[in-house]
Amino acid sequence: MNAFTAPEIPWSLLSPALIVLLAAVVGVLVEAFVPARVRRPVQVALGLAAPAAALIAVAALWSGVASDGGTAVVGGSIIVDGPTLVLQGTIALLALLSILVVADRTDTGEDAFAPSAAAVPSSDYEELARRRGLQQTEIYPLLLFAVGGMLIFPAAGDLLTLFVALEVLSLPLYLLTGMARRRRLLSQEAAMKYFLLGAFASAIMLFGIALLYGYSGSLRYSEIAEQALQVTGVDGLLLVGAVLVLTGLLFKVGAVPFHTWTPDVYQGAPTPITGFMAACTKVAAFGALLRLVYVVLPDLEWDLSIVLWTVAIATMVVGTVAALVQTDVKRILAYSSIAHAGFILTGIVALDESAIPAVLFYLLAYGAATIGAFGIVWLVRERSAGSGDEPGAVLGEATRLSQWAGLGRTNPLLAVTFALFLLSFAGIPLTAGFIGKFAVFSAAVEGGAWPLAVVGVLSSAAAAFFYVRIIVLMFFGGAGDGGADEVTGGTSPSVTDEPVEAPTPVGSTATATLVEKATATTTTVVGSEGFAVVAIAVCAVLTVVLGIVPSPVLDLIGDVAQLLP
Amino acid sequence: MHTLTTLAATLPAHLRADTIAPATETVQAGVFLVGPLLIGLPLLSAAVLLLLGRRADRWGHWLGVLASAGAFVAGAAAFLALLGRPADARVVVVDLGTWLDAGQFQVDAAFRLDPLSLTFVLLVTFVGTLIHVYSVAYMEHDDSRRRFFAYLNLFVAAMLLLVLGDSYLLLFVGWEGVGLASYLLIGFWNHRTPYAVAAKKAFVANRVGDIGLIVAMGIMVAQFGALDFDTVLGGASELSEGTATAMGLMLLLAACGKSAQFPLQSWLGDAMAGPTPVSALIHAATMVTAGVYLIVRSGAVFDAAPTAQLVVVIVGAITLLFGAIVGCAKDDIKKALAASTMSQIGYMVLAAGLGPVGYAFAIFHLVTHGFFKAGMFLGAGSVMHAMDDQVDMRRFGGLARYMVVTWLTFGAGWLAILGIPPFSGFFSKDKIIEAAFVPVDGQPWRAWVFGTVALLGAGITAFYMSRLFFMTFEGQRRWSERSDGSAQHPHEAPRLMTWPMIILAVGSVGLGGFLALGGRFVTWLEPVTGHVEHEEPVLPAWVLIALTLAVVVLGLVLAWRRYAVSQVPVVPPLGTALTRAARVDLYQDSVNDALLVEPGQHLTRSLVFADRAVVDGTVTGVGRATVGLGDLARRVQTGYVRSYAATTVIGLVVLVVAVLVTQS
Repeated sequence: MNAFTAPEIPWSLLSPALIVLLAAVVGVLVEAFVPARVRRPVQVALGLAAPAAALIAVAALWSGVASDGGTAVVGGSIIVDGPTLVLQGTIALLALLSILVVADRTDTGEDAFAPSAAAVPSSDYEELARRRGLQQTEIYPLLLFAVGGMLIFPAAGDLLTLFVALEVLSLPLYLLTGMARRRRLLSQEAAMKYFLLGAFASAIMLFGIALLYGYSGSLRYSEIAEQALQVTGVDGLLLVGAVLVLTGLLFKVGAVPFHTWTPDVYQGAPTPITGFMAACTKVAAFGALLRLVYVVLPDLEWDLSIVLWTVAIATMVVGTVAALVQTDVKRILAYSSIAHAGFILTGIVALDESAIPAVLFYLLAYGAATIGAFGIVWLVRERSAGSGDEPGAVLGEATRLSQWAGLGRTNPLLAVTFALFLLSFAGIPLTAGFIGKFAVFSAAVEGGAWPLAVVGVLSSAAAAFFYVRIIVLMFFGGAGDGGADEVTGGTSPSVTDEPVEAPTPVGSTATATLVEKATATTTTVVGSEGFAVVAIAVCAVLTVVLGIVPSPVLDLIGDVAQLLP
Repeated sequence: MHTLTTLAATLPAHLRADTIAPATETVQAGVFLVGPLLIGLPLLSAAVLLLLGRRADRWGHWLGVLASAGAFVAGAAAFLALLGRPADARVVVVDLGTWLDAGQFQVDAAFRLDPLSLTFVLLVTFVGTLIHVYSVAYMEHDDSRRRFFAYLNLFVAAMLLLVLGDSYLLLFVGWEGVGLASYLLIGFWNHRTPYAVAAKKAFVANRVGDIGLIVAMGIMVAQFGALDFDTVLGGASELSEGTATAMGLMLLLAACGKSAQFPLQSWLGDAMAGPTPVSALIHAATMVTAGVYLIVRSGAVFDAAPTAQLVVVIVGAITLLFGAIVGCAKDDIKKALAASTMSQIGYMVLAAGLGPVGYAFAIFHLVTHGFFKAGMFLGAGSVMHAMDDQVDMRRFGGLARYMVVTWLTFGAGWLAILGIPPFSGFFSKDKIIEAAFVPVDGQPWRAWVFGTVALLGAGITAFYMSRLFFMTFEGQRRWSERSDGSAQHPHEAPRLMTWPMIILAVGSVGLGGFLALGGRFVTWLEPVTGHVEHEEPVLPAWVLIALTLAVVVLGLVLAWRRYAVSQVPVVPPLGTALTRAARVDLYQDSVNDALLVEPGQHLTRSLVFADRAVVDGTVTGVGRATVGLGDLARRVQTGYVRSYAATTVIGLVVLVVAVLVTQS
């Protein structure tokens, strides 16, 4: 029996993830030992410093990796190559921006999280906690753990590391989803669904991992790929295993038909967390998917292409058409994120050299616009009308589309910024979204997947409709003006109190309900403490700059976009 | 001069003289850097006036005057510097670096200072400054005087860019700029619908011409891959004749739009809706002559395309007669002057179409015309000022005694346009008539046809300009009451208005003779137009001069008998069929309506219908189908975890089956 030899661990190459995880552990200790009064500033500082430090670590590793093409470390479990660094840098940057939004309590002094998540919703205890001004600073270590998992996820070099990273990033997200301050039942329901379905998907993936191990006798990507080379004829173990592992990842990116959790969870989760999930999780999961598809499965291209093509087309189409009939801003953004998952998949399916930098750029562009958009949603609130115990009190986010009518007149700057993000989602030139879409679709065409590009372009055109509809509503709609118009026919009010989407009532009833609901509250925009404004501004600048002068970033990514086998 | 050199020295290093491209040879004098400055000054002033808004109301007009005068001083400095150089080194290109860089195609931000462009610069800034001064008084009671001066400055800047640009693209920017300024100024009183409509008409007619310039530029890019004058004009002689003809005709179309030449002339009469100083500056002296500039500047292209040249001459001849006939019937003093402008530009275009022999004369007439016509327009403004904005000449009469300065200055302009020696117009117009009688390519029929037209035009011009002059200043008073019911009390205009008129009148009297002395002006333009040996016209020159003077005097006497001696009816008589046709611009608008507007409107209406029914129908249909699909997707999204999990499993099973099935 051989003696166990500890693998040599090059700590510096692992530093981005290690720094964040270490900060998370310190954050837990802070919760335990730092007095409540100063706990929040310390946690916020730690929460912002960790991703910033990770970003610096990525930058420090850059030149080395750019010259030697990267290395597999810890016995091949972690792969530090160009795409890893780009993805880690993107995740760290987006996490930093997300945490800025999370940290913003707005001028209401209340953050997005329940004062005491353990309290029964609407109980006296909760009310007491709210009046006492309790705040749960545990969210910051939770966020950092999730970020740590995300940083490892795209770097994983074997299936087990992949799975562990998946769980490390997922579990905190399940928790965070359930901690919204407003509409707590909706939030808790979303967390429950996310957890159940997430566990379900994890199990499927684990099953797939087992099958692949059974086939190849190894968990390492490179060794599985070698074994796959030797396959002749149908090997059910290999193919089914690959499909199952892919399913686990496709679930995380929210691809159809594994997307069902997305709208409900995005809607129920605290808005800043939604932004974080939508941006960072997607980057991490697509990073992992990219590596899996390009390193492990290239030899199964012909066998698996039907899966990827079907999923990509279905994702684009379903994300787009379902978004068309939504009336809740967060749900629209959720479906929009599904559609975007489809566009990114188009690039991945292409299996073309130019696709890797295209996908990486797309993720950055999409992430920036997403965090910015959700940051703005976080600032647009309902204000209760005269009646009730607290007249004029600022309530939760005004997510009904009808409540956004006329925002362009009352808050032009905010509305213009939101419009910018929407235009980027829609892929209008001079925004980062356009460059991303262009890069991905052209990669798809080069890789011979032109039907996908055609579907993508058509979906983009259709998707532009609902983005522009929001812009039109903001700038030209009167207050109380519903999203209903000729083309959509009867747009129903989304029942925000319960996630069940009722069948559409048509015509005047819908409008009447809308107006009735809208009169109960008015829409207001709360001031930011500064954090969110910084984050939104950075996102806006990124969106514009990447849209106008994308070449420096594209070149930077293109230089290192070589996956290590 | 010295201050300008110091000014040049303070410019950033990369703008200094060392970057002046050696178009003909290296230039060391920094004074030529005033080229870009010329444009910048009025542009800056326009920006200041527009951005400051009402805050600049008190002093804005003086800033406008100052900017224009500053541009004139700078232009004069450049002129003197150019004059100090030998004749073969009088083309200077100031290159400020690359403006557009699109792969193989490059356009520099370069300015060309040569005799032709500087002639325009001096004309535009000198006449422009006078008209600025005049406007200070003329627009005194207008609330938006500052805005007016902003637009005037914008016009001056654009016009200077048009003539100074060293490429067709830069010229085009100025071309569009003057179009914009013209549009803004015609519609300056746009609260009155007919004025706004007139502005729009001018804009649309100019767009038609612009298409020509764009197409011409397209041909240039296709042929040469460049748009700068050196490349295009230098290579023009190697073009096939077909290409050169196409290019020339397109340039002619552009010129027709801008210079109100047949068949795009209909907008100029309506453009008189603008304030009178605008009519004087833009629609008489400068902008409308841009078409002539374009043709002369593109001389090399036309030289390579005799057919295009012939068309240019024909267009000029038609417009010349057209404008003259219309001018005979108009009772509105400004519209009569507008018709005259059209006709005079017809002369210039005709001369430009004659080729190198005519280029210099075209520009010569353009300059003298700029003076006497601007002077007459300012005089008309003065008359309107005195007569409570009355423009109907049948309501004037006998004004000479009441406004002596206006009468004398207008008289100088009148004699100049008639071509009575020794007034300016005699020297320039007579040369054109003489050149028209020179046979081209040994084809005497052309000399006879175009020479006769030019001669005839001179006679008609004498008639209608005399009619205008006599109806206004001589004969009996036919004044109407003022709008408030009181009697008219015509009075001379304030000094700010009379002085510009006097200065322009001096130009009307002496400029022609001064420039013609020893062929001075023609020699000055030679670096651009080239030297041409004088060919003999089909009739001896002295016969032509005598003939011209005879028809002019004939026209004058006819007008004297009808409009000074005999009673002019206040209500226009029915008149002959020709008179009635001329009153409505020879049915130009009706023809346009029938040929273009009506079919166009039918086409748009049917397109709108098709758009609604077919395109919108399809789009809406697709939209509805998509929404239906979305509703379906929404119904699948039940909110129950069990159904979500089921979707996942079903999807997974389908995918696995699909993989396995396609495998085997």
